[in-house]
Amino acid sequence: MSAAIIAQVAIGGLLMGLVYALVAAGLSLIFGLMDVVNFAHGELLMLAMYATLTLHQAIGLDPLVQLPLVAMLLFGVGVAIYRGLIARALGIRFNTGMAQVFVTFGLSIFLVGTAQLVFGSDFRAITDGVLSNQTLALGKIVLPLSQVAAGLVCLLAFAALVLISRTEFGRALEATREDRDAVALIGIDRDKVFSIGWGIGAATVGIAGVMLANFYYISPTVGANFALIAYVTVALGGFGSLLGALIAGVLVGLVEAMTALFIDPSLKQVGIFAIYVMVLMVRPRGLFGRL
Amino acid sequence: MSAAEKPNAIIRRRRRELVVGAVLLLALALLPLPIDNVYLRGLMVLMLLYAGLSQGWNILGGYCGQISLGHAVYFGIGAYTSAMLFTTLGIPSTLGMFAGGALAALAALLVGWPCFRLSGHYYAIATLVVSMMVLLLMTNWDFVNAAMGITIPFRAESWIQLQFRVAVLPFHYVMLAYAAVAWLIAWVVEGSRWGFIWRAVKDDVTAAQSLAVRVFPSKMAAAAISGGITGVGGALYTQYVGFIDSESGFGLPLSVLIALPAVVGGVGTLWGPFLGAAVLIPVQQLTVAWLGSAGNGIDLMIYGALIMSLALLRPQGLVSLFGVRSQAGGDVTVGEEVVGETAEAEVVDNA
Repeated sequence: MSAAIIAQVAIGGLLMGLVYALVAAGLSLIFGLMDVVNFAHGELLMLAMYATLTLHQAIGLDPLVQLPLVAMLLFGVGVAIYRGLIARALGIRFNTGMAQVFVTFGLSIFLVGTAQLVFGSDFRAITDGVLSNQTLALGKIVLPLSQVAAGLVCLLAFAALVLISRTEFGRALEATREDRDAVALIGIDRDKVFSIGWGIGAATVGIAGVMLANFYYISPTVGANFALIAYVTVALGGFGSLLGALIAGVLVGLVEAMTALFIDPSLKQVGIFAIYVMVLMVRPRGLFGRL
Repeated sequence: MSAAEKPNAIIRRRRRELVVGAVLLLALALLPLPIDNVYLRGLMVLMLLYAGLSQGWNILGGYCGQISLGHAVYFGIGAYTSAMLFTTLGIPSTLGMFAGGALAALAALLVGWPCFRLSGHYYAIATLVVSMMVLLLMTNWDFVNAAMGITIPFRAESWIQLQFRVAVLPFHYVMLAYAAVAWLIAWVVEGSRWGFIWRAVKDDVTAAQSLAVRVFPSKMAAAAISGGITGVGGALYTQYVGFIDSESGFGLPLSVLIALPAVVGGVGTLWGPFLGAAVLIPVQQLTVAWLGSAGNGIDLMIYGALIMSLALLRPQGLVSLFGVRSQAGGDVTVGEEVVGETAEAEVVDNA
């Protein structure tokens, strides 16, 4: 096995890791903010991919041009989910944790069914985008351009997320995270912060979905896999930590690629899960998790 | 509130539950006789199976408050153990199911050892990840036929082998016995020292620790009992259906379906899993039968919407309709229950 192949696989894993990191960041944001795990997170990704596919086929918009559109659409979906379901689940006094888990679980099943009804269960793909079938050659290392673009855009979105966390609103987010009851005293509308938090969390998944749609198959159940990796990534990096999500995402991407290369492609996720269990034993709160 | 009940009242209530249980057992034993419809009988078999499985989940998820999203692992281990013992060594499944249950209990301890360092959502996610890892490994493990699964060959009509030419009616009694034993275990556990410790751990870990409750061992005990019950159910299911593969034994939808009856019926209650299974399994099976054959996803939409609305509108479970209070929530006073009811009424109003 030549060094070029190993390098190529490693870079591919790294680029995929950036996508994982962005998906995980949205999950982590919502969890850190209000202690709610969104078990429909993967289905938001699936929704974004289908939105991209539909816009592409209906009006011929290239996925790259759609980035702001789909991000905005998903922002709306996130706010709607918060307003319609999560706010109510948070108001429940009996078995609150249980209600949150199963509300989002039910939502995920509902969304998969909806996608099956509207789009059918067939695997679809975008094959005629600007980035389709293009490669980037660096010496002996050849990479699909769509994957390189996905990695870069996700990195940029990540940077934007970090910038948002430095703004006035970001500080309001942080304050609400610290003490959701006390913020009302300093004029922060908790409900508004929560719904915008959900909006941003969903929008980041939207961006990841658009870039994934460029090179990944699209099906009603595509989200489950990514969601699972996102849970592992978030738990590895530490819930609520952006830096943790980025580093863990890249780590997960690399481990997955290396397991596929050196052990068996069909076992590539076992490598990820094994790392997760190992970190769990040594450091239950994750690499960068706050206690 | 349970703590305010006089000891005699508690004993009386528990005796009453036993009587109700016995009456229900008799009624369920007679129920299939006048019903000649094979489909309805099959539905009842599944309802009883899931009532038992979910009662098993309830011990860990309900009484002890550890939400497991990976119970399919114990189901699958029970199913595969019994199936492998039967197909390779010819060991009858009446023995195999206990081997499966024991191995599943052991697996629950093995999973619990790293995962019980986590609490709340962290624990739920860890169980989910572990179950997906096991699913992947089973799908690729040639010794157990990898993705092909195991078919149970028909050998002879026998209660020892649990094989019947027409399996629906005999299995009604097998599953009834299974559900009844699971219920009885929950009943015993509820009144035992462990039951009180689990409820304390569920309500307030720190307070429990300060009262010298050893939290970790108590969770491990709950996991072992819970996993064991689920494992036996997996073995029985395999014997009933005659086939098991990695997806039907270890998949995430199964984990959810094991947990849901308890959640829908009422977590940490004796009757919750039964009530939940009686409502959920017919809805799930009928929507699949009527709508799912077209593969258009409407069945999933109904199923998902049902889960969402029950979780939001009846968070305390369907048992609350019958005035049964959660035995698990030790701090639920009558006053708070009223608050809970109004909060729920608000939700209904908003909807």
